[in-house]
Amino acid sequence: MTRLINRRPGRSGRLVAGAVPILLLCLTYGVASALRHADNPADKVLPTFGAMAAALWTSATQVDPVSGQITLIADTLASLMRLGSGLAIATGTALVLGLALGVLPVVRAVLSPVITVIAVIPPIAVLPILFIALGLGEAAKIALIAVGIAPYMTRDLAAHVAALPREQIIKAETLGANSWLVAIRVALPQMLPRLIETLRLSMGPAWVFLIAAEAIASDVGLGYRIFLVRRYLAMDIILPYVAWISLLAIAADALLNLISRRAFPWAKGGGR
Amino acid sequence: MTEAPPPLLELRHVWVEYGEQVVLERVSLTIEAGSFVAVVGPSGAGKSTFLRLLLGQEAPTKGQVLLNGVPMRAECGPDRGVVFQRYSVFPHLTVLGNVLFGLECAAAPLTGRLFGARRRAARDEAMAMLEAVGLAHSAAQYPAQLSGGMQQRLALAQALVRHPRVLLLDEPFGALDPGIRADMHDLVMRLWRDHALTVVMVTHDIGEAFKLGTRVMAFDKRRHDPHAPHRYGATATYDVPLLRKTAAGDAA
Repeated sequence: MTRLINRRPGRSGRLVAGAVPILLLCLTYGVASALRHADNPADKVLPTFGAMAAALWTSATQVDPVSGQITLIADTLASLMRLGSGLAIATGTALVLGLALGVLPVVRAVLSPVITVIAVIPPIAVLPILFIALGLGEAAKIALIAVGIAPYMTRDLAAHVAALPREQIIKAETLGANSWLVAIRVALPQMLPRLIETLRLSMGPAWVFLIAAEAIASDVGLGYRIFLVRRYLAMDIILPYVAWISLLAIAADALLNLISRRAFPWAKGGGR
Repeated sequence: MTEAPPPLLELRHVWVEYGEQVVLERVSLTIEAGSFVAVVGPSGAGKSTFLRLLLGQEAPTKGQVLLNGVPMRAECGPDRGVVFQRYSVFPHLTVLGNVLFGLECAAAPLTGRLFGARRRAARDEAMAMLEAVGLAHSAAQYPAQLSGGMQQRLALAQALVRHPRVLLLDEPFGALDPGIRADMHDLVMRLWRDHALTVVMVTHDIGEAFKLGTRVMAFDKRRHDPHAPHRYGATATYDVPLLRKTAAGDAA
Protein backbone atom coordinates (compact mmCIF):
# COMPACT_ATOMS: atom_id res chain seq x y z
CA MET A 1 0.00 0.00 0.00
CA THR A 2 1.18 3.52 -0.75
CA ARG A 3 2.63 5.24 2.27
CA LEU A 4 0.69 8.21 3.61
CA ILE A 5 3.66 10.51 2.94
CA ASN A 6 3.47 9.65 -0.78
CA ARG A 7 -0.26 10.18 -1.26
CA ARG A 8 -0.77 13.49 -2.99
CA PRO A 9 -4.19 14.90 -3.84
CA GLY A 10 -4.69 16.06 -7.43
CA ARG A 11 -5.53 19.60 -8.47
CA SER A 12 -9.29 19.35 -7.95
CA GLY A 13 -8.74 17.17 -4.88
CA ARG A 14 -6.61 19.90 -3.32
CA LEU A 15 -9.27 22.49 -4.09
CA VAL A 16 -12.00 20.46 -2.40
CA ALA A 17 -9.75 19.50 0.51
CA GLY A 18 -8.82 23.14 1.09
CA ALA A 19 -12.44 24.36 0.89
CA VAL A 20 -13.81 21.87 3.42
CA PRO A 21 -12.39 23.47 6.62
CA ILE A 22 -13.43 26.94 5.47
CA LEU A 23 -16.98 25.78 4.73
CA LEU A 24 -17.07 23.96 8.07
CA LEU A 25 -16.05 27.17 9.88
CA CYS A 26 -18.79 29.12 8.08
CA LEU A 27 -21.33 26.42 8.85
CA THR A 28 -20.36 26.31 12.51
CA TYR A 29 -20.70 30.07 12.72
CA GLY A 30 -24.07 29.98 10.94
CA VAL A 31 -25.45 27.34 13.31
CA ALA A 32 -24.12 29.11 16.42
CA SER A 33 -25.53 32.41 15.21
CA ALA A 34 -28.93 30.85 14.45
CA LEU A 35 -29.02 29.21 17.91
CA ARG A 36 -28.26 32.50 19.67
CA HIS A 37 -30.86 34.32 17.61
CA ALA A 38 -33.45 31.64 18.42
CA ASP A 39 -32.77 32.41 22.08
CA ASN A 40 -32.60 36.19 21.72
CA PRO A 41 -33.61 37.80 18.41
CA ALA A 42 -31.71 41.00 19.37
CA ASP A 43 -28.37 39.18 19.85
CA LYS A 44 -25.36 41.31 18.77
CA VAL A 45 -22.43 38.99 19.51
CA LEU A 46 -22.91 36.60 16.57
CA PRO A 47 -24.80 38.55 13.88
CA THR A 48 -26.38 36.57 11.05
CA PHE A 49 -24.82 36.61 7.59
CA GLY A 50 -27.77 38.71 6.40
CA ALA A 51 -27.21 41.33 9.08
CA MET A 52 -23.50 41.52 8.25
CA ALA A 53 -24.20 41.88 4.55
CA ALA A 54 -26.68 44.67 5.26
CA ALA A 55 -24.20 46.52 7.50
CA LEU A 56 -21.42 46.13 4.95
CA TRP A 57 -23.73 47.34 2.18
CA THR A 58 -24.58 50.43 4.21
CA SER A 59 -20.94 51.33 4.93
CA ALA A 60 -19.92 50.59 1.33
CA THR A 61 -22.65 52.64 -0.40
CA GLN A 62 -24.10 55.24 1.99
CA VAL A 63 -22.42 58.61 2.34
CA ASP A 64 -21.71 59.29 5.99
CA PRO A 65 -23.50 62.58 6.88
CA VAL A 66 -20.73 63.66 9.29
CA SER A 67 -17.67 63.16 7.07
CA GLY A 68 -19.42 63.46 3.72
CA GLN A 69 -17.67 60.33 2.45
CA ILE A 70 -18.51 56.69 1.94
CA THR A 71 -17.18 55.09 5.11
CA LEU A 72 -15.68 51.86 3.80
CA ILE A 73 -13.96 53.54 0.85
CA ALA A 74 -12.57 56.38 2.95
CA ASP A 75 -11.32 53.93 5.57
CA THR A 76 -9.73 51.64 2.99
CA LEU A 77 -7.99 54.47 1.14
CA ALA A 78 -6.63 56.01 4.34
CA SER A 79 -5.33 52.67 5.61
CA LEU A 80 -3.78 51.61 2.32
CA MET A 81 -2.11 55.02 2.01
CA ARG A 82 -0.47 54.60 5.42
CA LEU A 83 0.41 50.98 4.82
CA GLY A 84 1.86 51.69 1.37
CA SER A 85 3.93 54.64 2.58
CA GLY A 86 5.27 52.66 5.54
CA LEU A 87 6.13 49.68 3.38
CA ALA A 88 7.78 51.87 0.75
CA ILE A 89 9.99 53.61 3.31
CA ALA A 90 10.90 50.31 4.97
CA THR A 91 11.65 48.64 1.64
CA GLY A 92 13.85 51.48 0.43
CA THR A 93 15.77 51.59 3.69
CA ALA A 94 16.20 47.82 3.81
CA LEU A 95 17.34 47.71 0.20
CA VAL A 96 20.11 50.26 0.64
CA LEU A 97 21.21 49.19 4.13
CA GLY A 98 20.94 45.48 3.42
CA LEU A 99 23.08 45.80 0.32
CA ALA A 100 25.73 47.89 2.07
CA LEU A 101 25.77 45.59 5.12
CA GLY A 102 25.96 42.47 3.02
CA VAL A 103 28.66 43.61 0.63
CA LEU A 104 30.91 45.79 2.79
CA PRO A 105 32.42 44.29 5.95
CA VAL A 106 33.27 47.78 7.21
CA VAL A 107 29.64 48.89 7.09
CA ARG A 108 28.64 45.62 8.74
CA ALA A 109 31.09 46.26 11.58
CA VAL A 110 29.71 49.77 12.13
CA LEU A 111 25.97 49.28 11.69
CA SER A 112 25.25 45.67 12.55
CA PRO A 113 25.18 46.13 16.37
CA VAL A 114 22.95 49.22 16.27
CA ILE A 115 20.49 47.56 13.89
CA THR A 116 20.38 44.51 16.14
CA VAL A 117 19.57 46.75 19.11
CA ILE A 118 16.84 48.59 17.20
CA ALA A 119 15.37 45.31 15.97
CA VAL A 120 14.80 43.96 19.50
CA ILE A 121 12.85 47.05 20.65
CA PRO A 122 9.12 46.22 20.49
CA PRO A 123 7.84 48.80 17.97
CA ILE A 124 4.56 49.40 19.79
CA ALA A 125 6.57 50.52 22.82
CA VAL A 126 8.02 53.28 20.64
CA LEU A 127 4.59 54.46 19.48
CA PRO A 128 4.18 57.05 22.29
CA ILE A 129 7.57 58.49 21.34
CA LEU A 130 6.48 58.69 17.70
CA PHE A 131 3.21 60.40 18.68
CA ILE A 132 5.11 62.92 20.81
CA ALA A 133 7.81 63.52 18.22
CA LEU A 134 5.71 63.46 15.04
CA GLY A 135 2.27 64.44 16.30
CA LEU A 136 -0.94 62.48 15.98
CA GLY A 137 -1.14 62.80 12.18
CA GLU A 138 -0.19 60.45 9.38
CA ALA A 139 3.58 60.72 9.98
CA ALA A 140 3.55 58.84 13.27
CA LYS A 141 1.47 55.96 11.88
CA ILE A 142 3.65 55.61 8.79
CA ALA A 143 6.76 55.83 10.97
CA LEU A 144 5.49 53.04 13.23
CA ILE A 145 5.08 50.70 10.25
CA ALA A 146 8.50 51.62 8.85
CA VAL A 147 10.28 51.37 12.20
CA GLY A 148 8.48 48.14 12.94
CA ILE A 149 9.52 46.18 9.88
CA ALA A 150 12.62 47.88 8.43
CA PRO A 151 15.14 46.38 10.91
CA TYR A 152 13.93 42.85 10.28
CA MET A 153 13.96 43.35 6.51
CA THR A 154 17.42 44.91 6.62
CA ARG A 155 18.88 42.04 8.61
CA ASP A 156 17.20 39.47 6.41
CA LEU A 157 18.54 41.05 3.23
CA ALA A 158 22.02 41.59 4.66
CA ALA A 159 22.18 37.93 5.67
CA HIS A 160 21.01 36.89 2.21
CA VAL A 161 23.69 38.97 0.47
CA ALA A 162 26.40 37.83 2.88
CA ALA A 163 25.42 34.23 2.13
CA LEU A 164 26.05 34.56 -1.60
CA PRO A 165 28.75 32.01 -2.53
CA ARG A 166 32.21 33.44 -1.96
CA GLU A 167 33.19 31.96 -5.33
CA GLN A 168 30.83 34.34 -7.12
CA ILE A 169 32.42 37.41 -5.54
CA ILE A 170 35.93 36.10 -6.30
CA LYS A 171 34.88 35.38 -9.86
CA ALA A 172 33.54 38.91 -10.26
CA GLU A 173 36.82 40.30 -8.95
CA THR A 174 38.84 38.24 -11.40
CA LEU A 175 36.62 39.66 -14.14
CA GLY A 176 37.64 43.16 -13.09
CA ALA A 177 34.61 44.24 -11.06
CA ASN A 178 35.25 46.90 -8.41
CA SER A 179 33.31 47.02 -5.11
CA TRP A 180 30.56 49.16 -6.66
CA LEU A 181 30.07 46.78 -9.58
CA VAL A 182 30.03 43.76 -7.27
CA ALA A 183 27.28 45.53 -5.32
CA ILE A 184 25.07 46.63 -8.21
CA ARG A 185 25.71 43.87 -10.76
CA VAL A 186 26.22 40.78 -8.59
CA ALA A 187 24.64 41.36 -5.17
CA LEU A 188 21.72 43.69 -5.97
CA PRO A 189 20.03 41.61 -8.70
CA GLN A 190 20.30 38.47 -6.60
CA MET A 191 18.88 40.36 -3.63
CA LEU A 192 15.69 41.55 -5.35
CA PRO A 193 13.75 38.23 -5.25
CA ARG A 194 14.57 38.00 -1.56
CA LEU A 195 13.38 41.59 -1.12
CA ILE A 196 9.92 40.66 -2.43
CA GLU A 197 9.93 37.56 -0.25
CA THR A 198 10.85 39.44 2.91
CA LEU A 199 8.28 42.11 2.05
CA ARG A 200 5.62 39.42 1.84
CA LEU A 201 6.66 38.12 5.26
CA SER A 202 6.61 41.65 6.69
CA MET A 203 3.06 42.37 5.52
CA GLY A 204 1.58 40.63 8.57
CA PRO A 205 3.46 42.73 11.15
CA ALA A 206 2.86 45.84 9.01
CA TRP A 207 -0.91 45.35 9.27
CA VAL A 208 -0.61 44.84 13.03
CA PHE A 209 1.27 48.11 13.43
CA LEU A 210 -1.16 49.94 11.15
CA ILE A 211 -4.24 48.83 13.05
CA ALA A 212 -2.60 49.45 16.41
CA ALA A 213 -1.68 53.00 15.41
CA GLU A 214 -5.16 53.67 14.00
CA ALA A 215 -6.84 52.23 17.07
CA ILE A 216 -4.98 54.61 19.36
CA ALA A 217 -5.17 57.92 17.53
CA SER A 218 -7.01 58.41 14.24
CA ASP A 219 -10.22 59.69 12.72
CA VAL A 220 -10.42 57.46 9.68
CA GLY A 221 -9.09 54.03 8.73
CA LEU A 222 -9.99 50.37 8.92
CA GLY A 223 -8.45 49.87 12.36
CA TYR A 224 -10.03 53.07 13.64
CA ARG A 225 -13.49 51.93 12.47
CA ILE A 226 -13.21 48.51 14.13
CA PHE A 227 -12.19 49.98 17.44
CA LEU A 228 -14.83 52.74 17.16
CA VAL A 229 -17.81 50.44 16.59
CA ARG A 230 -16.54 48.04 19.28
CA ARG A 231 -18.08 50.50 21.76
CA TYR A 232 -21.53 49.64 20.38
CA LEU A 233 -20.77 45.91 20.24
CA ALA A 234 -21.33 46.24 16.46
CA MET A 235 -20.08 42.82 15.49
CA ASP A 236 -22.06 43.13 12.26
CA ILE A 237 -19.53 45.77 11.15
CA ILE A 238 -16.40 44.40 12.84
CA LEU A 239 -16.59 40.96 11.25
CA PRO A 240 -17.02 42.18 7.63
CA TYR A 241 -14.21 44.68 8.21
CA VAL A 242 -11.93 41.90 9.43
CA ALA A 243 -12.85 39.85 6.38
CA TRP A 244 -12.17 42.85 4.13
CA ILE A 245 -8.74 43.40 5.72
CA SER A 246 -7.91 39.72 5.21
CA LEU A 247 -8.98 39.99 1.58
CA LEU A 248 -6.72 43.03 1.05
CA ALA A 249 -3.82 41.17 2.69
CA ILE A 250 -4.34 38.12 0.48
CA ALA A 251 -4.53 40.31 -2.64
CA ALA A 252 -1.30 42.11 -1.72
CA ASP A 253 0.45 38.80 -1.12
CA ALA A 254 -0.73 37.37 -4.44
CA LEU A 255 0.38 40.53 -6.26
CA LEU A 256 3.88 40.33 -4.76
CA ASN A 257 4.10 36.65 -5.63
CA LEU A 258 3.12 37.40 -9.21
CA ILE A 259 5.71 40.19 -9.48
CA SER A 260 8.38 37.88 -8.09
CA ARG A 261 7.63 35.14 -10.59
CA ARG A 262 7.38 37.47 -13.57
CA ALA A 263 10.42 39.60 -12.80
CA PHE A 264 12.92 36.93 -11.74
CA PRO A 265 12.56 33.92 -14.01
CA TRP A 266 16.09 32.78 -13.14
CA ALA A 267 15.33 32.52 -9.42
CA LYS A 268 12.85 29.63 -9.54
CA GLY A 269 15.05 27.02 -11.18
CA GLY A 270 14.87 28.77 -14.53
CA GLY A 271 11.41 29.30 -16.03
CA ARG A 272 11.33 29.25 -19.80
CA MET B 1 68.42 29.36 -15.33
CA THR B 2 69.95 30.90 -18.41
CA GLU B 3 66.81 32.77 -19.40
CA ALA B 4 66.78 36.48 -18.72
CA PRO B 5 63.01 37.11 -18.20
CA PRO B 6 61.64 36.12 -14.77
CA PRO B 7 59.25 33.17 -14.62
CA LEU B 8 55.57 34.01 -14.86
CA LEU B 9 54.85 32.84 -11.32
CA GLU B 10 57.31 32.29 -8.52
CA LEU B 11 56.80 31.22 -4.91
CA ARG B 12 59.70 31.95 -2.57
CA HIS B 13 59.75 30.11 0.77
CA VAL B 14 56.02 30.44 1.19
CA TRP B 15 54.35 29.42 4.45
CA VAL B 16 50.64 29.56 5.12
CA GLU B 17 49.47 29.20 8.71
CA TYR B 18 46.04 29.54 10.29
CA GLY B 19 46.90 30.16 13.93
CA GLU B 20 48.51 26.94 15.20
CA GLN B 21 47.74 25.03 12.02
CA VAL B 22 50.46 24.98 9.40
CA VAL B 23 48.92 24.36 5.97
CA LEU B 24 51.82 24.97 3.60
CA GLU B 25 55.47 25.07 4.57
CA ARG B 26 58.54 26.15 2.63
CA VAL B 27 56.96 26.06 -0.80
CA SER B 28 59.46 27.31 -3.38
CA LEU B 29 58.71 26.79 -7.03
CA THR B 30 58.42 28.57 -10.33
CA ILE B 31 55.84 28.23 -13.06
CA GLU B 32 56.86 29.11 -16.61
CA ALA B 33 54.52 30.84 -19.03
CA GLY B 34 52.66 28.39 -21.23
CA SER B 35 52.84 25.46 -18.88
CA PHE B 36 49.89 23.37 -17.74
CA VAL B 37 50.48 22.51 -14.11
CA ALA B 38 48.29 19.83 -12.57
CA VAL B 39 48.28 19.77 -8.77
CA VAL B 40 47.30 16.54 -7.02
CA GLY B 41 47.41 15.38 -3.43
CA PRO B 42 45.27 14.00 -0.61
CA SER B 43 42.50 16.07 0.99
CA GLY B 44 43.85 18.66 3.40
CA ALA B 45 47.25 18.81 1.74
CA GLY B 46 46.86 22.47 0.91
CA LYS B 47 46.09 22.17 -2.80
CA SER B 48 43.25 24.64 -2.60
CA THR B 49 45.26 26.94 -0.35
CA PHE B 50 48.01 26.88 -2.98
CA LEU B 51 45.47 27.88 -5.63
CA ARG B 52 44.06 30.66 -3.43
CA LEU B 53 47.60 31.99 -3.02
CA LEU B 54 48.04 32.17 -6.79
CA LEU B 55 44.59 33.71 -7.09
CA GLY B 56 45.42 36.40 -4.55
CA GLN B 57 42.49 35.41 -2.37
CA GLU B 58 44.95 34.68 0.41
CA ALA B 59 48.31 36.16 1.39
CA PRO B 60 51.22 33.98 2.51
CA THR B 61 52.06 34.11 6.22
CA LYS B 62 55.74 34.14 5.31
CA GLY B 63 57.48 34.31 1.96
CA GLN B 64 56.54 35.89 -1.34
CA VAL B 65 54.41 35.18 -4.36
CA LEU B 66 55.71 36.93 -7.46
CA LEU B 67 53.93 37.46 -10.74
CA ASN B 68 56.43 38.36 -13.50
CA GLY B 69 59.03 39.02 -10.82
CA VAL B 70 56.80 41.52 -9.00
CA PRO B 71 55.32 40.69 -5.56
CA MET B 72 51.64 40.05 -6.00
CA ARG B 73 48.96 42.02 -4.21
CA ALA B 74 46.71 39.79 -2.09
CA GLU B 75 43.61 40.68 -4.08
CA CYS B 76 42.05 39.05 -7.11
CA GLY B 77 42.34 40.87 -10.40
CA PRO B 78 41.68 40.34 -14.09
CA ASP B 79 45.22 39.03 -14.77
CA ARG B 80 44.16 35.73 -13.19
CA GLY B 81 41.03 33.92 -14.30
CA VAL B 82 39.42 31.20 -12.25
CA VAL B 83 36.93 28.37 -12.61
CA PHE B 84 35.66 26.70 -9.45
CA GLN B 85 33.94 23.36 -9.14
CA ARG B 86 30.65 25.14 -8.44
CA TYR B 87 29.16 28.65 -8.17
CA SER B 88 31.41 29.94 -10.92
CA VAL B 89 28.67 31.55 -13.01
CA PHE B 90 26.14 34.20 -12.07
CA PRO B 91 22.67 32.65 -11.81
CA HIS B 92 20.85 35.92 -12.51
CA LEU B 93 22.57 36.56 -15.86
CA THR B 94 21.95 34.77 -19.13
CA VAL B 95 24.73 32.76 -20.72
CA LEU B 96 25.61 35.74 -22.91
CA GLY B 97 25.27 38.11 -19.93
CA ASN B 98 27.73 36.01 -17.95
CA VAL B 99 30.40 36.33 -20.64
CA LEU B 100 29.61 40.00 -21.27
CA PHE B 101 30.07 40.75 -17.57
CA GLY B 102 33.87 40.81 -17.76
CA LEU B 103 33.86 43.06 -20.82
CA GLU B 104 31.35 45.42 -19.21
CA CYS B 105 33.39 45.66 -16.02
CA ALA B 106 36.48 46.53 -18.05
CA ALA B 107 34.81 49.21 -20.16
CA ALA B 108 32.27 50.72 -17.77
CA PRO B 109 33.53 50.80 -14.17
CA LEU B 110 30.66 53.07 -13.07
CA THR B 111 27.52 51.68 -14.69
CA GLY B 112 28.71 48.18 -15.50
CA ARG B 113 26.76 48.37 -18.76
CA LEU B 114 27.61 49.15 -22.36
CA PHE B 115 25.44 50.80 -24.98
CA GLY B 116 25.30 51.21 -28.72
CA ALA B 117 28.30 50.32 -30.84
CA ARG B 118 30.46 49.37 -27.85
CA ARG B 119 27.79 46.96 -26.68
CA ARG B 120 27.58 45.41 -30.14
CA ALA B 121 31.37 44.99 -30.25
CA ALA B 122 31.41 43.41 -26.79
CA ARG B 123 28.48 41.21 -27.79
CA ASP B 124 30.34 39.95 -30.85
CA GLU B 125 33.42 39.20 -28.78
CA ALA B 126 31.36 37.35 -26.17
CA MET B 127 29.52 35.38 -28.86
CA ALA B 128 32.86 34.38 -30.42
CA MET B 129 33.97 33.13 -26.99
CA LEU B 130 30.73 31.19 -26.58
CA GLU B 131 31.22 29.74 -30.06
CA ALA B 132 34.68 28.54 -28.98
CA VAL B 133 33.25 26.59 -26.05
CA GLY B 134 30.22 25.38 -28.00
CA LEU B 135 27.53 27.34 -26.19
CA ALA B 136 26.49 29.84 -28.87
CA HIS B 137 23.07 28.17 -29.25
CA SER B 138 22.30 28.64 -25.52
CA ALA B 139 23.19 32.33 -25.32
CA ALA B 140 19.76 33.41 -24.08
CA GLN B 141 19.36 30.72 -21.42
CA TYR B 142 19.97 31.05 -17.69
CA PRO B 143 22.64 28.89 -16.00
CA ALA B 144 19.99 26.95 -14.04
CA GLN B 145 18.69 25.63 -17.38
CA LEU B 146 22.12 24.25 -18.36
CA SER B 147 23.66 20.90 -17.48
CA GLY B 148 26.70 20.74 -15.20
CA GLY B 149 29.10 20.34 -18.14
CA MET B 150 27.55 23.28 -19.99
CA GLN B 151 27.82 25.43 -16.86
CA GLN B 152 31.55 24.66 -16.65
CA ARG B 153 31.95 25.48 -20.36
CA LEU B 154 30.28 28.79 -19.62
CA ALA B 155 32.57 29.36 -16.63
CA LEU B 156 35.59 28.79 -18.90
CA ALA B 157 34.28 31.20 -21.55
CA GLN B 158 33.53 33.76 -18.85
CA ALA B 159 37.03 33.47 -17.37
CA LEU B 160 38.82 33.62 -20.73
CA VAL B 161 37.01 36.65 -22.17
CA ARG B 162 39.30 38.99 -20.19
CA HIS B 163 42.41 37.15 -21.53
CA PRO B 164 43.97 36.36 -18.14
CA ARG B 165 47.69 35.61 -17.94
CA VAL B 166 47.03 32.64 -15.69
CA LEU B 167 43.96 30.41 -15.64
CA LEU B 168 43.34 28.72 -12.30
CA LEU B 169 41.07 25.69 -12.20
CA ASP B 170 39.87 24.32 -8.84
CA GLU B 171 38.61 20.78 -9.51
CA PRO B 172 36.61 22.12 -12.43
CA PHE B 173 35.43 18.73 -13.65
CA GLY B 174 35.03 17.03 -10.27
CA ALA B 175 31.23 17.06 -10.42
CA LEU B 176 30.88 15.89 -14.04
CA ASP B 177 30.28 12.38 -15.30
CA PRO B 178 33.10 10.59 -17.19
CA GLY B 179 31.86 11.13 -20.77
CA ILE B 180 31.32 14.84 -20.28
CA ARG B 181 34.66 15.02 -18.49
CA ALA B 182 36.51 13.68 -21.54
CA ASP B 183 34.82 16.31 -23.73
CA MET B 184 35.84 18.99 -21.25
CA HIS B 185 39.46 17.74 -21.30
CA ASP B 186 39.53 18.19 -25.08
CA LEU B 187 38.03 21.66 -24.72
CA VAL B 188 40.55 22.75 -22.07
CA MET B 189 43.48 21.44 -24.12
CA ARG B 190 42.20 23.29 -27.17
CA LEU B 191 41.70 26.54 -25.25
CA TRP B 192 45.13 26.16 -23.64
CA ARG B 193 46.77 25.91 -27.06
CA ASP B 194 44.62 28.48 -28.88
CA HIS B 195 44.92 31.16 -26.21
CA ALA B 196 48.55 30.37 -25.23
CA LEU B 197 47.40 30.07 -21.61
CA THR B 198 49.25 29.23 -18.46
CA VAL B 199 47.03 26.86 -16.49
CA VAL B 200 47.22 25.68 -12.89
CA MET B 201 44.65 22.97 -12.21
CA VAL B 202 43.89 21.35 -8.87
CA THR B 203 42.37 17.89 -9.23
CA HIS B 204 41.64 14.74 -7.28
CA ASP B 205 41.97 12.63 -10.40
CA ILE B 206 45.58 11.54 -10.99
CA GLY B 207 44.70 10.19 -14.44
CA GLU B 208 43.32 13.60 -15.38
CA ALA B 209 46.48 15.26 -14.04
CA PHE B 210 48.79 13.13 -16.21
CA LYS B 211 46.50 13.37 -19.22
CA LEU B 212 46.34 17.17 -19.27
CA GLY B 213 49.43 18.49 -17.48
CA THR B 214 52.83 19.38 -18.85
CA ARG B 215 53.90 19.13 -15.25
CA VAL B 216 52.33 17.26 -12.35
CA MET B 217 52.87 18.44 -8.82
CA ALA B 218 51.94 16.38 -5.77
CA PHE B 219 51.32 18.17 -2.50
CA ASP B 220 51.79 16.27 0.76
CA LYS B 221 53.34 16.56 4.19
CA ARG B 222 57.02 15.62 4.40
CA ARG B 223 56.92 15.31 8.16
CA HIS B 224 54.13 14.11 10.37
CA ASP B 225 53.83 14.34 14.14
CA PRO B 226 51.07 11.97 15.31
CA HIS B 227 50.63 13.98 18.51
CA ALA B 228 50.26 17.28 16.69
CA PRO B 229 48.89 16.58 13.22
CA HIS B 230 48.68 20.29 12.38
CA ARG B 231 52.25 21.07 13.39
CA TYR B 232 53.73 20.44 9.95
CA GLY B 233 52.43 21.73 6.66
CA ALA B 234 52.42 20.31 3.17
CA THR B 235 54.69 21.18 0.30
CA ALA B 236 55.27 20.03 -3.27
CA THR B 237 56.75 16.58 -2.62
CA TYR B 238 56.83 15.48 -6.25
CA ASP B 239 57.26 17.71 -9.23
CA VAL B 240 57.22 15.78 -12.48
CA PRO B 241 57.73 17.52 -15.81
CA LEU B 242 56.08 15.62 -18.65
CA LEU B 243 58.41 16.17 -21.56
CA ARG B 244 56.33 14.33 -24.14
CA LYS B 245 53.99 17.31 -24.25
CA THR B 246 54.95 20.62 -25.70
CA ALA B 247 54.02 23.99 -24.36
CA ALA B 248 51.56 26.25 -26.11
CA GLY B 249 54.21 28.11 -28.05
CA ASP B 250 55.47 24.97 -29.79
CA ALA B 251 52.07 24.05 -31.10
CA ALA B 252 51.89 27.14 -33.27
